[in-house]
Amino acid sequence: MSAGLDFLLEIGTEEIPDWMIPGAVAQLQKLELFGAVPHVDATPRRLVVQASGVAERTPDQTQIVKGPPLTAGEKAAAGFARKQGVELSAMAKAGDYWELTKVIPGRPVRDLLAESLPVAVLALQWPKTMYWEPTGARFIRPIRWIVALLGDEVIPFEIAGVKSGNITRGHRRLGSSAIPVTVANYESELRRNFVILSSVERRRKIEMETAALGAKPDAGLLETLTFITEYPTAIRGDFDPAYLELPPEVLTTVMRHHQKYFSVESELSSEGGIQGRRLAPHFVAVMNTSGDPEGLVKKGNERVLKARFNDARFFWNVDQHKKLADRVEDLSHVTFHAKLGSYLEKTKRVVELVKKLKGDENAQRAALLSKTDLPTDMVKEFTDLQGIVGGLYAQAQGEPEAVWRAIYDHYKPLSMEDSIPATLDGQIVALADKLDTLQQCFRIGLVPTGSKDPFALRRAAQGVVKILVEGKLYYELDDLLQPESAAGGGDLRAFLIERVQHYFREVRGFQYDEVNAVLASRTGTLADVEARLRALAAVRPTENFEPLAASFKRIRNILKQAAFDPESWLFDVQLLEAGPERNLYDDFVRVKNEASGKTYAQALEAIASIRPNVDIFFDKVLVNAKDENVRSNRLAFLHAILTEFSTIADFSAIVTAGDLNK
Amino acid sequence: MDTFQQTLFKLKRYWDERGAIIQEPYDVEVGAGTMCPETFLRVLGPNPYKVAYVQPSRRPADGRYGENPNRLYKHQQLQVILKPSPDDILDQYLGSLEAIGIDLTKHDIKFEEDNWEAPTLGAWGVGWQVMLDGLEITQFTYFQQCGGIDLDLVPAEITYGLERLVAFLQGVESVYGIEWTKGVKYAQVRLADELQFSVYNFEMANVDRLWRLFAEYEAECKELLAKYEDSDDKSRFPVLATYDQVLKCSHLFNLLDARGAISVTERVGIIKRVRDLAVGTAKAWVDQQTPARQEAA
Repeated sequence: MSAGLDFLLEIGTEEIPDWMIPGAVAQLQKLELFGAVPHVDATPRRLVVQASGVAERTPDQTQIVKGPPLTAGEKAAAGFARKQGVELSAMAKAGDYWELTKVIPGRPVRDLLAESLPVAVLALQWPKTMYWEPTGARFIRPIRWIVALLGDEVIPFEIAGVKSGNITRGHRRLGSSAIPVTVANYESELRRNFVILSSVERRRKIEMETAALGAKPDAGLLETLTFITEYPTAIRGDFDPAYLELPPEVLTTVMRHHQKYFSVESELSSEGGIQGRRLAPHFVAVMNTSGDPEGLVKKGNERVLKARFNDARFFWNVDQHKKLADRVEDLSHVTFHAKLGSYLEKTKRVVELVKKLKGDENAQRAALLSKTDLPTDMVKEFTDLQGIVGGLYAQAQGEPEAVWRAIYDHYKPLSMEDSIPATLDGQIVALADKLDTLQQCFRIGLVPTGSKDPFALRRAAQGVVKILVEGKLYYELDDLLQPESAAGGGDLRAFLIERVQHYFREVRGFQYDEVNAVLASRTGTLADVEARLRALAAVRPTENFEPLAASFKRIRNILKQAAFDPESWLFDVQLLEAGPERNLYDDFVRVKNEASGKTYAQALEAIASIRPNVDIFFDKVLVNAKDENVRSNRLAFLHAILTEFSTIADFSAIVTAGDLNK
Repeated sequence: MDTFQQTLFKLKRYWDERGAIIQEPYDVEVGAGTMCPETFLRVLGPNPYKVAYVQPSRRPADGRYGENPNRLYKHQQLQVILKPSPDDILDQYLGSLEAIGIDLTKHDIKFEEDNWEAPTLGAWGVGWQVMLDGLEITQFTYFQQCGGIDLDLVPAEITYGLERLVAFLQGVESVYGIEWTKGVKYAQVRLADELQFSVYNFEMANVDRLWRLFAEYEAECKELLAKYEDSDDKSRFPVLATYDQVLKCSHLFNLLDARGAISVTERVGIIKRVRDLAVGTAKAWVDQQTPARQEAA
């Protein structure tokens, strides 16, 4: 049997935005290739699918068509055969009926691909598409050439007016613009024309070359540069050490965000026992070309960086003409949101919120100044540095360290991986800033839906949760939400709870049912939620725990079915029957005493130890007793057990083996 | 080494050889070459068009009193519009760089995603900023919408930042050090504008009068748009003159903004007012350009 044919598809485009390429690659990995597994790679100018072992034809298929009954006679059979387009002799008798076995011939896969590939290519999902030619096809950037080969033959089709063929193009400047290729020599021809097709190889080349030049590793930048180049080559440039007087935050932002350079660090001399590294007056750039023999690229990049640093120095000096403290009123000109007014109004609200959170004078001062860097030239130019610039300016302008550090940190955490503000003042200001944004947006109905979250409210909420937990701040979640939450167009409490669940599950690795159980019991402070979660996770693997959880579920169901109203019956210990019921009660009292004043873990262990008596109780005692008083008393007893032992976590929310079997 | 104007001549010659109309700058203040009728109106409608022109572009808020080496109140763009965009447009563009003396085999060129959007014009497109050895020298855009209208023929817009580009070619660190023509520096030609217009824009422009002017131009534009609707002979209607009123409003908005005269609450509203004028004018232009109308005329 033949091993099948080799397949190559190259969609040649104008430069695709780097960050969209991995998503397109992932989609192409699902391309239908008639049994073969697609191998996908890409550069900014080409999306490439290769495969081997593609069948030449799809197999023939047989289909049995039932004809008329034998009793209908040969005439009916002949009519049927005619309708099917066959001779009567092709018909066979099967039982009481005529029958026709039809063969549907397979088709050449080349033909099938010629039909399916244009559809599949244009079905790729992109964050933003464009049209550019008369057919109105939409793609991320114009398609300029297509290579489509199956074995030695071109798969003929057309997308957006471009016909498929066997001609590829090399690197824009170093390669040929018309290279005939075969499936076998495709990658080597590209390489001869200065295109490294493999993103893995490009990444490794950048990694090794930048490391050799002393670049500080930067995974995000590495990824960007891998997909912005076809033939990456690193070079090192220098800048005047005098610029090191500017804050390193500004220098690295210019290098990383504006110029896509890696920064270079050197060891601090260890005098005075200070360890660490500091920026060195160099940078590492990655070119999309093979070399810089005359040093022109290095010189050009150095000039650009110098101009950028000059700008930054200019901004710094100009900005010092007006202190942050004198810029508060200017915030009335800076929009927070069209419907929510200016940053001046936001500042006033945040200051009030900081007071409510018992923030000290430094925190209040930091809140007042927190947004005053927005109208500065530095932040207008380097928006990523908002907050950081404010902190640095406050420091330069003689604000206390507690104040400038809080301003510096107050946008943190910027992601789940980012740390929270380092100081309590910073945490309180950051918390107030994010809470205000959440409350205000929810108030006017700006609530994230699905993937749409233009105001990054999820990130803000996640920041609130992270600061509360990791800062061990003892604010009760429900107090923080008072009283605005009720007024809004969306349920901010539910939104925050969802973020709490997400945080404990995804970041801290707790099971989702444990998180649900702890939150179902009560919310309280998030530090307390975390303590209860730890205890619950610790006791969960012990032998008594899951059966007890199952019993609690049973208790909850019994109470629910009986529609038991705890106000309706006062529990009477005298009504308990001797034996299992009384034993359970004694054990209940024992556990209650044992658990009180203990750590959550000890308390949970104690509670779990009640399990044997609960089991015996359910085994031997009928809750639904004939005597109404006995029944009510039993329900009240079960209710007491449930409430008494659910203050740490609601065990009935734990998923047990019994649930899974349902 | 070429002077500023020699580089300009070469670029104009290059696009002349590729069939573009070489236009002179538009004589109403604009913030960018895109806003000139040669771009904003010509990209609309079914007719192909190729044009290149230098456009001095005024951005009052960017003024720095002539003190910043790279930032200008008024900078100059070479604007190229090719409608529809030819298939080899990027190669043509790279050819223009070689035409002004850049040996591309010795330099690093990157096309980095940069999409363009102008809310006051109801216009957007996708494209790149073109980076030459780390310097942004060109904005390249495939227009998709203008005046809120989908374009019949997608044009390519190439905008060269001339001061930057020439500073790179001449190896100078401040735009004021560019040699404009032999023996004359950029500073000698333009420094006075930068200083005086910064003073005017930031300190002296009469805010009340600017508001009144804004209202007057807006009223003129609205009146014209209303008259277009009622006009019996639309083919001779002055849509182009109507568009001048939009440009006046847009520039006055920029001036008021630089002057710090537009409050938060006003800002969104003013942008919308300008956009409404731009969108209305674009609609009238497209209507006037449609073949049905042209045949009837």
